[in-house]
Amino acid sequence: MSTAWSIFIVAGTLFSLIWALWLLLSNRSKSTPTVETTGHEFDGITEYDNPLPMWWVGLFIATIVFAAGYLVYYPGLGNFKGLGRWTSHDQLQQDVETKDAQFAPLYQSLAAMSEDELHQSHQAQQIGRRLFLNYCSTCHGVSARGGFGFPNLTDDERQWGDDFDSIKTTLRGGRNAAMASWEAALGGDSGTADMTQYVLSLSGAQHEAAAAARAAPQFQVFCTVCHGPEGKGNPLFGAPNLTNDIWLYGGDADAIAFTLRHGRAGQMPAFESILGEARIAIVAAYVSGLQRQ
Amino acid sequence: MTPHPARIIASDTGPPSADVPAAGFAPVDLYQRREKIFTRAVEGRFQRLRLYSGWPLLLGYLLLPWINWGSRQAVLFDLPTRHFYVFGITFWPQDFMLLAWLLIIAAFALFTFTSVVGRIWCGYTCPQTIWTAIFMWVEQVTEGPRHARIRLDAAPWNLEKLTRRGSKHALWLGWAFLTGFTFVGYFTPIRPLVGDIITLQVPTWAVAWIVFFTLATYINAGWLREQVCIYMCPYARFQSAMFDKDTLIVSYDAARGEPRGARKRDTRPEGVGDCVDCQLCVQVCPTGIDIRDGLQYECIGCAHCIDACDAIMHKVGYAPGLIRYTTEHALTGQATRVLRPRVLGYAAALTTMTALFMVALVNRDLVGIDVIRDRGDLFHVDHKRIRNDYTLKIINKTQQPQSFALTVTAAAVDDLEIDGPHTVDVDAGEVLTVPVSLMLDHDELETPYFDIDFRACDTAGHCNTEKSGFFGPTGS
Repeated sequence: MSTAWSIFIVAGTLFSLIWALWLLLSNRSKSTPTVETTGHEFDGITEYDNPLPMWWVGLFIATIVFAAGYLVYYPGLGNFKGLGRWTSHDQLQQDVETKDAQFAPLYQSLAAMSEDELHQSHQAQQIGRRLFLNYCSTCHGVSARGGFGFPNLTDDERQWGDDFDSIKTTLRGGRNAAMASWEAALGGDSGTADMTQYVLSLSGAQHEAAAAARAAPQFQVFCTVCHGPEGKGNPLFGAPNLTNDIWLYGGDADAIAFTLRHGRAGQMPAFESILGEARIAIVAAYVSGLQRQ
Repeated sequence: MTPHPARIIASDTGPPSADVPAAGFAPVDLYQRREKIFTRAVEGRFQRLRLYSGWPLLLGYLLLPWINWGSRQAVLFDLPTRHFYVFGITFWPQDFMLLAWLLIIAAFALFTFTSVVGRIWCGYTCPQTIWTAIFMWVEQVTEGPRHARIRLDAAPWNLEKLTRRGSKHALWLGWAFLTGFTFVGYFTPIRPLVGDIITLQVPTWAVAWIVFFTLATYINAGWLREQVCIYMCPYARFQSAMFDKDTLIVSYDAARGEPRGARKRDTRPEGVGDCVDCQLCVQVCPTGIDIRDGLQYECIGCAHCIDACDAIMHKVGYAPGLIRYTTEHALTGQATRVLRPRVLGYAAALTTMTALFMVALVNRDLVGIDVIRDRGDLFHVDHKRIRNDYTLKIINKTQQPQSFALTVTAAAVDDLEIDGPHTVDVDAGEVLTVPVSLMLDHDELETPYFDIDFRACDTAGHCNTEKSGFFGPTGS
């Protein structure tokens, strides 16, 4: 905040404290035994001008003393940071460290387990599920069945490999899947339409055999590098298997044509710095367990 | 109020020091200093009755946390996990309505008993009374009887005063610590807490609360005493609303006692009532009033004065009961009616609330279910099937592991199918999070949205239902 605002706040705060103290001390009637009225009268009821009880005055002064101490120690006076240098950021950091230290033994014992042991452990599954719901369900959904552009983790296909280590690698560093636009290479609209029919034929869907046959040589030229000569995909590049009925961006002719024309870019963020190795193992085991159900 | 000249026939020669002016006798100064009250110890049937009523309550309070139920403490209010164990029942935050009902029952019980038997709660069961009585007993033991205490109070500080006062406060603090420690033992397991105290490893919060309740007990029962009843207790202020002329009160029989006056032993001067004006009823009073001034709001109905007066009446050979439990109607020679409309009204409310509470207790939910729709897309269409995702939270509120059957029903469609677990095992007291997908054939969908009900049932047939909804694409 600017210096002007800071001065305004400091002045306002100190003024109200001093004003409250002055108001209390100067207007307090001190003569204990006399009972006078304030002169106010309402329907024949007069108001006594009795001195305030000492315990109350004491409490009031104590709150002002507390306020002074608070404003010295904590940041409350404009830009003054306070002698204690307290910040909410540090407090959060401390809380996180405390909790991390508290949970570290549990996570270490779970991280030391094998994949099978993690599948067997009720606790690991519960923690994995909670972590998944917190960090993964935004994209993959609470049921892990994904959605358009977000892989279904319960089906048979894992673009980047379905072994435990591959899943952990995915979680650690994230993944970037890139499918280029092939419209120009395939020869415009007609080439794209033919290739669409060929891709449909790979998974045994309804297709025009003639069009598919026209595109078959092109597939061997452009697509096999990533998707393999039979279209079965390659986990090294995250290239999906095209011969099954699992489609990340839709499996009908329109969706496939769109993919061919414009390409696709799938991104899985890296979670290493967010989750840490132990929790990555727990989440990976939960995810690999989803496939086996 | 000017005290009556002390004409004493008992051995005690201390002046009546307790002199809180009663309403109607003198204006009460807002800033009066508290008069020190030196209560005289008294014995009698009502004091024995208090022992019989007080000890079980006290022992109950002290021993309850030590009872175990299965592998844990029988009565434990576990705030961090929000599980409130009372023997075989675990209460959850969702059951807090029951606590509200219980407090309403307690209030109506207080109203009912107050209108019939007066301030029996204050006199015999209130912790303030019981703890004050214990502290007064400690005072009696360390500083001696009333006259010795008055002397000690006036005496200059010397070794004896220091020893007696010191040991009194040490014992007070000791008892207060036991009280505070036990109280904390209701909220954190008490057995490990003992070990923690011995090894000086008590968690900070436990220390803070033990210190707080120790000091609160010490100050309340040692220093504040009757001031709690007179100035702080709301019940003491509104109990008069439940009083009428048929309510049992501790009262001085003025018709029989007046005019009061001292007399030689075994004589009865003409024109003098039964009251020998010995001031004992004043000296034993823990709130420092003179019961002979009539019914006062300070009177906590402890019957100390009855026992004191009966003893004197016995000594001088008069019939007991000059001060006695009676009613204003009885004092004026009229019949006392126990069953009055107000009593019947309170009793009816008490009975109704108790019955409703029992029904609510027996029928409380043992199964908890919450449904949270997925935050992402409203629906997905996979292979002509519409899918909605939900997170279910299944709560097992019992103290045994349970297996719950999950079902879903919808009035709008027939074939809504759970794709996921149909039964879930939940540990005792566990909140299990289960992601669940619902599948519907595209052809079945007629509206873009319809209501559904998730239902979880345990094997014994306890069920709970939670509403949610199902979305689907329209116009296709």
